[in-house]
Amino acid sequence: MPSDHATSFDFVRTLVRKHSGIVLGAEKDYLIQARLQTLSRKEGFDSINQLLDQTQALLDQLDEAPQNGLRQKVVEAMTTNETSFFRDRHPFDCLRNVVLPDLLASRAAERSLHIWSAACSTGQEPFSIALLLREHFPELHDWQVQIIASDLSSECLDRARLGRFTQMEVSRGLPTPILAKFFSRQGLDWVIQDDVRQMIDFRRLNLLDPDLALPQMDVVFLRNVLIYFDKETCQQILGSIRRVLRSDGFLFLGGAETTLFLDDAFERVPLSQAGCYRLKHCYTDRSN
Amino acid sequence: MRALIIDDSRGMRSILRRMLQQLGFNTEEAANGREGLDRLQQNGAPELVLVDWNLPVMNGLEFIRAARADRAYDAVPLLMVTTETELSQITLAIESGANEYMMKPFTQEILRDKLELLGLPVGGMVHV
Repeated sequence: MPSDHATSFDFVRTLVRKHSGIVLGAEKDYLIQARLQTLSRKEGFDSINQLLDQTQALLDQLDEAPQNGLRQKVVEAMTTNETSFFRDRHPFDCLRNVVLPDLLASRAAERSLHIWSAACSTGQEPFSIALLLREHFPELHDWQVQIIASDLSSECLDRARLGRFTQMEVSRGLPTPILAKFFSRQGLDWVIQDDVRQMIDFRRLNLLDPDLALPQMDVVFLRNVLIYFDKETCQQILGSIRRVLRSDGFLFLGGAETTLFLDDAFERVPLSQAGCYRLKHCYTDRSN
Repeated sequence: MRALIIDDSRGMRSILRRMLQQLGFNTEEAANGREGLDRLQQNGAPELVLVDWNLPVMNGLEFIRAARADRAYDAVPLLMVTTETELSQITLAIESGANEYMMKPFTQEILRDKLELLGLPVGGMVHV
């Protein structure tokens, strides 16, 4: 049982590492503090001014009743991250101008596409993909297109499934003509059209699960995920991605991420700032 | 790069001026649509125009329509910055010639996102 605040943070670090694989270094103490504060309030533990005592109380209760759901809530509180529509723009330009034209040609016979947004948070990334498909690829209307969006956090997934966003959220990265075309106003929020929402299959998945129950994927978005893991865990996750990615599929990583020194099966597609990778043998295979 | 800010609120012009300067823009200002058109005629087309909807003398929508009707300004990126948040108004602004629409309140990150959507190179630091 934690006995002081430093120990409390260590306790959280150990808990999060064990159940999500995410490494929270000492420099993330501010994040642990801020997010436990929010969770403590939400769960009705005392007041804001007694933050650290509340944290202690939360963890004490957690120790006594590990199965009461609080453990998952603590882990989820540490793993939810910022997201926005069409975040960083370049990967979506690459998806539109390079990846989808390539796949439209190579999948013309089977007429199916499988796209996975791993660690989708509150849904902006998979909705950006769906909106891009709807806006720019009308020829896909009679294809079987599956967009799977996963996250560790049930709370994020519950939000994402609603397709409901605040004014601030739709103001980040979403082109206004797209907002006007595919969203409606409900109270102070903006809600995405049902037919776009229904393009996405939201699932709770832990990337550390050795047996990810997923179909073979043509495109995987794993952006701003690896930065939270240590090298060994990154290698484990990239190994899982390799198993679900089709041999000529595409992997998108975040701008600060790379497969270099982690998994030499991948190589970067030479497109500036797109963070796009393919399996090395795919070019050889396709030229044969 | 040069940006023209058209807003009747001195405080809002000041906020936008500061944010735009941090993103690498020089700014000029006007207090209504008519003054905005005068600035365009005096100084030529800037790289960006930000215009409020509700303005005295000539409102933002009238400004956008007048600017778009003049071949000298028909390609200038126009960003409407307003408290009007109804879908019908957003659609009207876009159909009238605004390239992007920024609802108040906004942050510097949102402004930066809008400039990127307009294809403008943005420099400087983003303060979070």
